[in-house]
Amino acid sequence: MHELPQTLVSGLALGALYGLIAIGYTMVYGIVQLINFAHGEIVMIGGFGALTIRLWLPGSVPLGAALPLMLLGGALTSVAVATAAERFAYRPLRGAPRLAPLITAIGLSIALQQIVWAFYPDAKKSRSFPQFGGDAFEITGNIHIQRDDLFVLIAAPLCMLALGFFVAKSRTGRAMQATAQDPDTARLMGVNTDRIIVLAFAIGGAFAAVAAVAQGLRAGQINFEMGFILGLKAFTAAVLGGIGNIYGAMLGGVVLGIAETASTTYIQDIPGMQQLGGGGWKDVWAFVLLIVVLLVRPQGLLGERVADRA
Amino acid sequence: MHLVKHRSFLLLTTALATGALTLTACGSRDDGKDSNDNGGGSKTTVVIGVDAPLTGSLSALGQGIKNSVDLAAKTANKNNEVKGVTFTTGPLDDQAVPGTGQQNATKLVADKNVLGVVGPLNSGVAQSMQGVFAKAGLTEVSPANTNPALSQGDNWAKGEKNRPFKTYFRTATTDVIQGRFAAQYYHNDAKKQKVFVVDDKQTYGAGLATIFTQEFKRLGGEVVGTDHLTVKETDFSGIANKIKNSGADSVYFGGQFPEGGLLSDQVKKAGAHIPLMGGDGIYDPGFISASGESNDGDLGTSVGYPVEQLPSAQTFVKNYQAAGYKDPYAAYGGYSYDAAWAIIQAVKKAVEDNNGKLPSNARAAVVDAMSKISFDGVTGKVSFDQYGDTTNKQLTVYQVVGGVWKSVKSATFQD
Repeated sequence: MHELPQTLVSGLALGALYGLIAIGYTMVYGIVQLINFAHGEIVMIGGFGALTIRLWLPGSVPLGAALPLMLLGGALTSVAVATAAERFAYRPLRGAPRLAPLITAIGLSIALQQIVWAFYPDAKKSRSFPQFGGDAFEITGNIHIQRDDLFVLIAAPLCMLALGFFVAKSRTGRAMQATAQDPDTARLMGVNTDRIIVLAFAIGGAFAAVAAVAQGLRAGQINFEMGFILGLKAFTAAVLGGIGNIYGAMLGGVVLGIAETASTTYIQDIPGMQQLGGGGWKDVWAFVLLIVVLLVRPQGLLGERVADRA
Repeated sequence: MHLVKHRSFLLLTTALATGALTLTACGSRDDGKDSNDNGGGSKTTVVIGVDAPLTGSLSALGQGIKNSVDLAAKTANKNNEVKGVTFTTGPLDDQAVPGTGQQNATKLVADKNVLGVVGPLNSGVAQSMQGVFAKAGLTEVSPANTNPALSQGDNWAKGEKNRPFKTYFRTATTDVIQGRFAAQYYHNDAKKQKVFVVDDKQTYGAGLATIFTQEFKRLGGEVVGTDHLTVKETDFSGIANKIKNSGADSVYFGGQFPEGGLLSDQVKKAGAHIPLMGGDGIYDPGFISASGESNDGDLGTSVGYPVEQLPSAQTFVKNYQAAGYKDPYAAYGGYSYDAAWAIIQAVKKAVEDNNGKLPSNARAAVVDAMSKISFDGVTGKVSFDQYGDTTNKQLTVYQVVGGVWKSVKSATFQD
């Protein structure tokens, strides 16, 4: 079991990434009960936004100094695309049957992929993303933290704290909670619900950009297809944690990340399970976990907070 | 509130998402047939179909295939290689998806002017296309398929070779040769003893990994662990940690370069500074750019001698550059040119055997002629054995040195 700490650290980094993206699903679902399947593509576009800033800055600027600007550029792109999607693709369908916005989301996701594929320079194959070089930080003999993982391990909890504070304490945050509880009454009480919905998409977009930069740093590359699997995993994380619940999204992400790395390492050591272990089966085990959790707790780990969804 | 409704809705969305996982194959199919058809009176137009991934992560290789076939067709027209016949190409995009490949095959078969098809790139896609072409009696020449079962039947490993489709040919060497060649290099030349084998669960990758494993064990080496990864994912840190803890002195990867580059990167980041070796699927500049960490020392085998080093290839390289294609000819350009040229030669033979006219059963005549042709191509002598495999068994080991692939050993495979 000496590799357990390392497995947990790797799982935590992966899970924090899933959690950041899951926030986008859960915020939007909490307020308008829409699964925004184009959210994976919002992540991808944020990555390309950040990469554009890096390429635009002179190469002599160190990555550490460029990072805040890249985050800003990525966030601006993601937020712009997410709010535009809300305004032009989802708002006209508000009040339409649930399937209509869902199909729109899938269509939007394909469209966004193809737009980047066709128009971003050289995006037909993976574009390399800057990384912090150098060896991993050695915590103890058998725990290493990759330099590029450090970003997500720091950024995810910070973003989470800021969001929790914003939703619980600020006036707009309370308006958000009100809208999630009952949009009609909230509107009667003077809350501009359209603005709140746009804000939910915008926050999801900003988190998506942070996730995109984290993913770019970890993998050293981004491509136009990257949003698909990330989006699917993050959606799973959101459901696992209890969709509509922001803390649930983060917890669901971490549980999913650790489940993936742990099943890669350990399942095959169980006698008789040798054929069912390893990287090829990790998604199977992650989904087995999801099914078990949903059987025992249909509302997800932290529950779909109907009374207080945001 | 409407909890029940939400839940059934959620269930539906989850089901849709799962469906989406298996149905990523949507999008453009490029119908672009060059339309310089038979306006010139007595000239007959013959279409050489092309099927390759022209979009997606393998599009760099696919574009190289498409352009090289185009170059062969244009060269044949310029030299008036077959009297009275003009060649055009009909490229279709399979996105490396077997289902799309099959649709393309159906489409190519329906066009009576198509007398031969070059492609596909992926062995898995080839499996889905072979049957369609065989039924229509249409010649298919792959420049890149390396899975042995495609030409020698499912039981090739037991020594029962049985050609399943008379219409399938290839200019690429099979994985049997490539995987064993790699194992021999790792064990005998690089002196590796403990290897960790990873594959991507695809027809090509899993097949190559199995053959490598068999040969490496036969030579006396030890396989200290195996694992599988999923195509299009990017986080392989779990596998990387396992490799490090296994004490392996080397990694063999059966799969393509996007995952191979990331795996190599993450193995090195996990603290295991050991080389990774793969087949022609990772022999691509994309393998090096996919890896943030320097992957100097990693190895890749590829079929044939390096195109740049073959005297026969100089003209090809020169003409390709002169034609001004947007994308490079990539790993399979030379093989694609030879594949297209083989079809052209077969058409030529069919025409010559029929008093200078294209016979009415042209497709059957071309299939017959394929097994008889022999010429000096870009990659060496081109001819096909009784299974439709190339008789050319040259291979090269490439190594990443200073961020570029350099050839380190070229040889003809010895049993």
